[in-house]
Amino acid sequence: MVEQKLHAILITGRTIDQGVGKEMGKGSKEYFDSSAICIIDESDMIKLGIKSRTNVKVTSKYGSVIVKAAKNPYGSNPGLVFIPCGLWANAICGDETFGMGMPMFKGFTVEVEAAPNQAVLTLDGLLKEEYGR
Amino acid sequence: MVMTEIKSVVCPICGCLCDDIEVTVKNNEIIKMKNGCAQCEAKMVHGYKSEERILKPMIRKDGELVPVSMDEAVHKAAQILTDAKYPLLFGWSSSTSEAQRIGVQLAEELGSALDNCCSVCHGPSVMATQEIGIPACTLGQIRHRADLIIYWACNPWTSHPRHLERYTSFTDGRFEGSEWKSYLEKLKGTQSKKKVEAASRRILAGYNPPVAPQACTVGAPPQTMQKLGRKLIVVDVRKTMTAEAADYFIQVQPNKDYEILDAMRCLVADQELDVDKVGGVPVAYLREVTDAMVNCDFGVIFFGLGLTQSAGRFRNIEIAIALTRDLNRRTKFVISPMRGHFNVTGANVVFAWTTGYPYAIDFSQGYPQYNPGEFTTIDLLRRGDNDATLVISSDPGAHFPKVAMQNMMKHPLITINPDMNAISRLGDVVFPTQWCGIEYEGTAYRMDHVPIMLRKVVEPPPGILNDEQLLKRILDEVRAIKAQKVEKEIKIEAAC
Repeated sequence: MVEQKLHAILITGRTIDQGVGKEMGKGSKEYFDSSAICIIDESDMIKLGIKSRTNVKVTSKYGSVIVKAAKNPYGSNPGLVFIPCGLWANAICGDETFGMGMPMFKGFTVEVEAAPNQAVLTLDGLLKEEYGR
Repeated sequence: MVMTEIKSVVCPICGCLCDDIEVTVKNNEIIKMKNGCAQCEAKMVHGYKSEERILKPMIRKDGELVPVSMDEAVHKAAQILTDAKYPLLFGWSSSTSEAQRIGVQLAEELGSALDNCCSVCHGPSVMATQEIGIPACTLGQIRHRADLIIYWACNPWTSHPRHLERYTSFTDGRFEGSEWKSYLEKLKGTQSKKKVEAASRRILAGYNPPVAPQACTVGAPPQTMQKLGRKLIVVDVRKTMTAEAADYFIQVQPNKDYEILDAMRCLVADQELDVDKVGGVPVAYLREVTDAMVNCDFGVIFFGLGLTQSAGRFRNIEIAIALTRDLNRRTKFVISPMRGHFNVTGANVVFAWTTGYPYAIDFSQGYPQYNPGEFTTIDLLRRGDNDATLVISSDPGAHFPKVAMQNMMKHPLITINPDMNAISRLGDVVFPTQWCGIEYEGTAYRMDHVPIMLRKVVEPPPGILNDEQLLKRILDEVRAIKAQKVEKEIKIEAAC
């Protein structure tokens, strides 16, 4: 049975493709393709009734963002989703630091749902939406 | 045009500072690179000369960035900084230590906040080190002597692609060999399993792809844990490419690292645990790891942002260092953070020897104060304390939470970066600068605090200053504006 929403723990971090993309330039296609994604376990993708490259909406208490789903390439991590470091991940990260200076980049709850009819914003589109520039 | 090959170039990307890069330069352009990783090639062959390069200073007028002269941009930036009551100077981690030193002078002159990127990466590691100290050594010692490598909450295959190859499991040290080396050489030729399979299907019928010397596991401890020679253990919340190469992989639950490290301290001290599992990991597996730790001759724990950014923050690092300290009663063990930007360690070092503190510094009282949680950038932005920001050689536009950036955008923003990254796209005054380690030389500190000289391999575009020259110009202009203000005040007082 297809579920409407997946409750998962979000981890943000580095991938080699994101690393190459950022060095090619933040406006590059490589950066967009490697950063505007959400890596989801195959079993969770089946639950949501989605496939790789389907657009998904990831929502935390700090905001929401549309990214493309990608299949987890290593092992099995149901209930854990991963978005590479970048503008798209930071749209849903929080600024609480618990008095230590470090904001919320890892280990908090998000909701993931299929959003096939909503577009993934480019870097410039997202900057315009978030900061008006 | 003659092609020039330049050897021993230092890669200006991550904290590994690989110093064996060879580049071929033709017509003042890097056209080829050898020995570097994929990220190094992306930057040194393509990225540094991309269309996104900023070639002129710009000022935002009527919502659009308009090219202006360097003098106008410097004056505008200095005016913003002197008009602000409490500016914030942030970044520094992809700049030279010489430029960082000028940055401290500028912060002192302005009475501003001064912070670097470690605030959002290994700041908690610095805090923990101040609490408890750190048993450390250089990467060379680890390469030659370590027989147990542990990567905890990090994935160097993606963040520091040549770390394994140069310093740990994939390299032959003087006293410790690598069984992975021949496998790696085969793998280098094929790059990935997919390519091997595709190539073998298409061309080399019957070709056997190279087989890893051992398979890692998330289940029962494998035979490889009993093998002689250098072992690799990976601990992470998810399986990664680095875990694929490990002798043993332990998958932990998110935010449970503290509990696991605490349990391991008990096991190292030969205490019994009354539970079967800690943080989702059976105690029997943890015992295998602690046995390997105690029985090695020289072990090392490399830890990443999975510890510093998870629940517990600097307490995670503190207990990891405490575990290392405990292990040193039984054998030789060291611990090292996997520093990200190529000179974030340098930013900590330079700030510490000039102000006494490594990051999260405040000059508002005229002397340096230090308090992570108060003067750290995210906390300043969260409270809305600063009323202008200068960002140099970093991209908080892409790496700060949106909610923090929205506060930064309420006030004037000055950026100094070579290309139009996210923060430069948002700036009010946008400076171009030279690529550090490609177009100008300077000092950078490797993740193990070894200073290495970055090299210049091509000439910068005309009219573009490097970070150090640009900061000196801004500092001189700030001093001139402040002197004018003082002069004006004196005249007013005299008139009264």
